[in-house]
Amino acid sequence: MIERKQVIPGDVITRGDFQWGSYIEKRGDEFIALRVGLAEVGREGVKLNPLSGPYLPHPEDQVIGKVVDINGFGWVVDINSSFDGFLPASFVFGREFSPSTHDLTTKFGVGDIIGARIESSERSRDPQLSIRGHGFGKIDRGEIVKISPTKVPRLIGRRGSMINLISERTGCDVKVGQNGVVVVSGPPEAVGRAVNVIKMVEEAAHSADLMGRVDQYLGGVEDGA
Amino acid sequence: MEGSRMEPKKKLIDAAGNRLDGRKWDELRPIRLEVGTVKNADGSAYIEWGKNKIMVAVYGPKEVHPKHQVLPDRALLRARYHMAPFSVDDRKNPAPSRREIEISKVTREALVPAVIVEDYPRTAIEVWIEVLQSDGGSRVAGITAASLALADAGINMRDLVVGCSCGIVDGQVVSDLDDTEDKEGQGDMPVAIMPNLNQVTLLQVDGIYSREQFQKAFELAIAKGREIYAMQREALAKKYFGGEAMTVQAEEEVSE
Repeated sequence: MIERKQVIPGDVITRGDFQWGSYIEKRGDEFIALRVGLAEVGREGVKLNPLSGPYLPHPEDQVIGKVVDINGFGWVVDINSSFDGFLPASFVFGREFSPSTHDLTTKFGVGDIIGARIESSERSRDPQLSIRGHGFGKIDRGEIVKISPTKVPRLIGRRGSMINLISERTGCDVKVGQNGVVVVSGPPEAVGRAVNVIKMVEEAAHSADLMGRVDQYLGGVEDGA
Repeated sequence: MEGSRMEPKKKLIDAAGNRLDGRKWDELRPIRLEVGTVKNADGSAYIEWGKNKIMVAVYGPKEVHPKHQVLPDRALLRARYHMAPFSVDDRKNPAPSRREIEISKVTREALVPAVIVEDYPRTAIEVWIEVLQSDGGSRVAGITAASLALADAGINMRDLVVGCSCGIVDGQVVSDLDDTEDKEGQGDMPVAIMPNLNQVTLLQVDGIYSREQFQKAFELAIAKGREIYAMQREALAKKYFGGEAMTVQAEEEVSE
C-alpha cells in the first residue's frame, strides 16, 4: 500500500533507508520535504509531487514556446521558465547551415509558437531546444492556455486518458507542453468548451474522480467506466 | 527602574497584570494568515497581526537584471520591506527610509538560510513586503508572511521561517509588543526562527536587559514563534489541501 502524506517545506516525510527523488532532502535518516505537495513512500522509495512551482527544463521534455528573438545562429524561445530556450539554426537547417546562405526568418519569425523538445539543460547554460521528431515545429493555429506546470500530469492523465477524453468529446486538437503551455485548436465553440474544461482541471487537480467530473462537464453518457 | 532610558509616561501594565489591550504578559495579538492573495505573483501571502496589515508577493526565479549581479552558482534573493504612505498616522514619505533599508536587509538575511538558493543558479527571487497598515512587530510579521509566499511560489525550502518579538514593558518581559509598548517600553527583541531546524535567523535587540531578562525574552519569542508556526501550517493547508487542519502527527496516527 502506498502511504500518502500532505507536506510543507521542512516536514519529515519518513525515516529509514530509501531511495529518494526530487524536492526531497536527506538529513541523517530523515527525509525532508522541500515543497508543498503530496509525499509517497512506496517500493520505489520516497517521492514528492509538488503542488506549486515554476517550470524547470529537463532533457526530453516536450514544451510549447514562443519565438521572442532571432540572432545569426538560431531562435530565442520563451518556454515559460526562468530562462529562454535556444533553438540553434543548425538543428533546423542541418549541418550545412551558414548564416550567410540561410535566412532564419523563412522558417520561424518572432511571435511564432513552436512545439519543441528540450535537448539539454545545464546549470551553467540556457536550455537548448530541438524540433527533430514527429509533431514538433511551428504551431500555426489554436488558442493558448497557460496552466501551472505542476498540474500538467493531471491534465494528461494516466497514459493520456484525460487529454484524450477532452479532445474526443470536444472535437478539438489539444497540444500540451510540459512547461504548462497548452494549445487548443478546432471549431470556435468547441475550443471555448475545451479551454473551460482545461481550466477546471487545473483548479480541481487535487480532487478525487477528476475524470468523472470532466466527463460530466462535457455531457458524457454514463457508462460506468 | 534603574537602567531604563525613558521614564514611563503611563502604566502599560496594570496591577492585575493586564496590558493596555487587555492581554496577559505572554499572550499574542490575534493573527490571520492567508496564502495566494496576489494573482499576478508567483507566490503571495497576506498577514494581519494585531493592527498590522501586510501583503507579500514573491516573483521568480527569473532572469537577473542588471546582468552584472548574476550569481553563477545560486539564486540572488532580493527582499524589499516597504511601508505604504497611508500605513501610519502621518503620511510616510514613500521613498525607502533608513529604517526600511535596514529591515529589508535583515529580512533577506532571515529568509536566505531557508531557501535552497543553489537550486536556482543565475536567477533572481524577489520578495516584496508591503506594509498597508503598521503596528508594532511589522518586521517579524513580514518575515512570517514572506516565508509562506516563498512556499506558495514553489521554491525549494529547507524549512519555513517564523518570527515573533518580545521585549520589556514596565520592567517586565512580555511577548509580542504592539506599537505603544514598542515606543514607550524599555526594550524590543525581534526573533525569527526555522522551527524544524531549530535555528535562529534573526535576532535584534534594543534596550537594556539583565541576563535573566534576555534569557526569558529570547525563550518566550521562540515559544511564541512555534505557536505562529502552527498557524502558518494551517494557512498553507487551507490553500493546498482544502482547509483540513494538517499536522504531521495527526497524519501519522491515521496511517498507523
